[in-house]
Amino acid sequence: MKSLLARGSELASSQEQLKILTEVSGKLGLPSFSDKLKEAALYPLRPTGVDILQVNVGKLCNQTCRHCHVDAGPDRRESMSKETMQECLVALATPGVTTLDITGGAPEMNPNFRWFVEEASKLGKKIMIRCNLTILLAGEKYRDLPEFFAEHKVEVVSSLPYFQKRRTDAQRGEGVFDRSMEALRKLNAIGYGVPGSGLILNLVYNPVGAFLAGGQSTLENDFKKELKQVHGVEFNSLFALTNMPISRFLESLIENDNIDTYLERLVTAFNPVAATGVMCRNTLSVGWDGSLYDCDFNQMLDMKIEGKVNKISEFNKSVLDSREILLHQHCYGCTAGAGSSCGGSIA
Amino acid sequence: MAQETTYYKPEDLKKFGNIGEFEPELAKKFFDYYGAVFADGALSAKEKSLIALAVAHVVQCAYCIDAYTTDTLEKGVTEEQMWEAIHVGAAIRSGSSLVHSVQALNKVKELGV
Repeated sequence: MKSLLARGSELASSQEQLKILTEVSGKLGLPSFSDKLKEAALYPLRPTGVDILQVNVGKLCNQTCRHCHVDAGPDRRESMSKETMQECLVALATPGVTTLDITGGAPEMNPNFRWFVEEASKLGKKIMIRCNLTILLAGEKYRDLPEFFAEHKVEVVSSLPYFQKRRTDAQRGEGVFDRSMEALRKLNAIGYGVPGSGLILNLVYNPVGAFLAGGQSTLENDFKKELKQVHGVEFNSLFALTNMPISRFLESLIENDNIDTYLERLVTAFNPVAATGVMCRNTLSVGWDGSLYDCDFNQMLDMKIEGKVNKISEFNKSVLDSREILLHQHCYGCTAGAGSSCGGSIA
Repeated sequence: MAQETTYYKPEDLKKFGNIGEFEPELAKKFFDYYGAVFADGALSAKEKSLIALAVAHVVQCAYCIDAYTTDTLEKGVTEEQMWEAIHVGAAIRSGSSLVHSVQALNKVKELGV
């Protein structure tokens, strides 16, 4: 499977994606997300403060997952430069910014990834890496990554759509489940996910299809039981995320004629409590070229922050803390049911 | 306009909440009861969803099958668990027919065939 961009799909265009979301919402008579927030007295949506700097260091990935909102894959070439990483480090050093959350693509494939982690580590901030697991087995240059993560006390957050092979491979590619189990055992072997080690390994569940994520704690219990009993694998917490109706997941919704049902489901499941805790309120997203966004989803839809500060080189926490968050219909994905953020359920 | 070929329309499931249009108090009592039945209790909401999926097949409610297939997926149920539950419903349904064959056996013997 190739990325939407490599296939020349119309859906590679963020404008086309936004147009489809607007048209389908109009056809179904769904309220705009902004109006829904107005009803909940949450409009305009503003940050609680920039606590987390989520840096997307590029779209290159060794996997091509069916649901990927980044449209990442082996055919993508976007990659953050060392200079832009240095600008991110200056922003990270700002008092009040507590966490660096590194994402991609497969962030480990950025040639300056290790340097970035080492420099961030010197600042004494919490570092999280969104690791797809299979990269740990992708060749000699990646094999010592578990030890590298441990050395810098990096919190590892890894996608595993399901605790069984069939659904995981259907979404992430043939053989991904077995390789993920092998990678998880490698991480466990040096203490990741093992109680008392201080090395945190969290998994991310997202539904393999056009339905919402159920209760996070029930799912976590199921994952822990199955992975331990069947595969001898341990982890700390499970984050349940909702699939965003954008990019390749939008493509699959359209292909399977599920787009109407899914958007309606997201809207009817709108939860104002979840809306108060959405990740864009305490997270700032940085694109591979240094552009700033309210979240990784807005980034993939090219919805850049408006105003004076819209590049990481211009980072100014007080200005960004008072900005207005940009919204569109995909935002229903973060407020449906128990809600969804990079840290899982939020209500 | 094309002639309808079935009384069932999938979109009608979304209108379930409208059944109280002419009798709101009774509908409210039903939905309150329904909500309480499916809440976590001595059985988990996930276990109740699996029971509902099995019963939906036994009573052959197309709406309920749609609703509880989705609901079990959302609760993280595996396909193996879903189909085992459906087979439990099917076994009871077929067993409830077959157990009546004891009456037929009795009658055969009574009539001395």
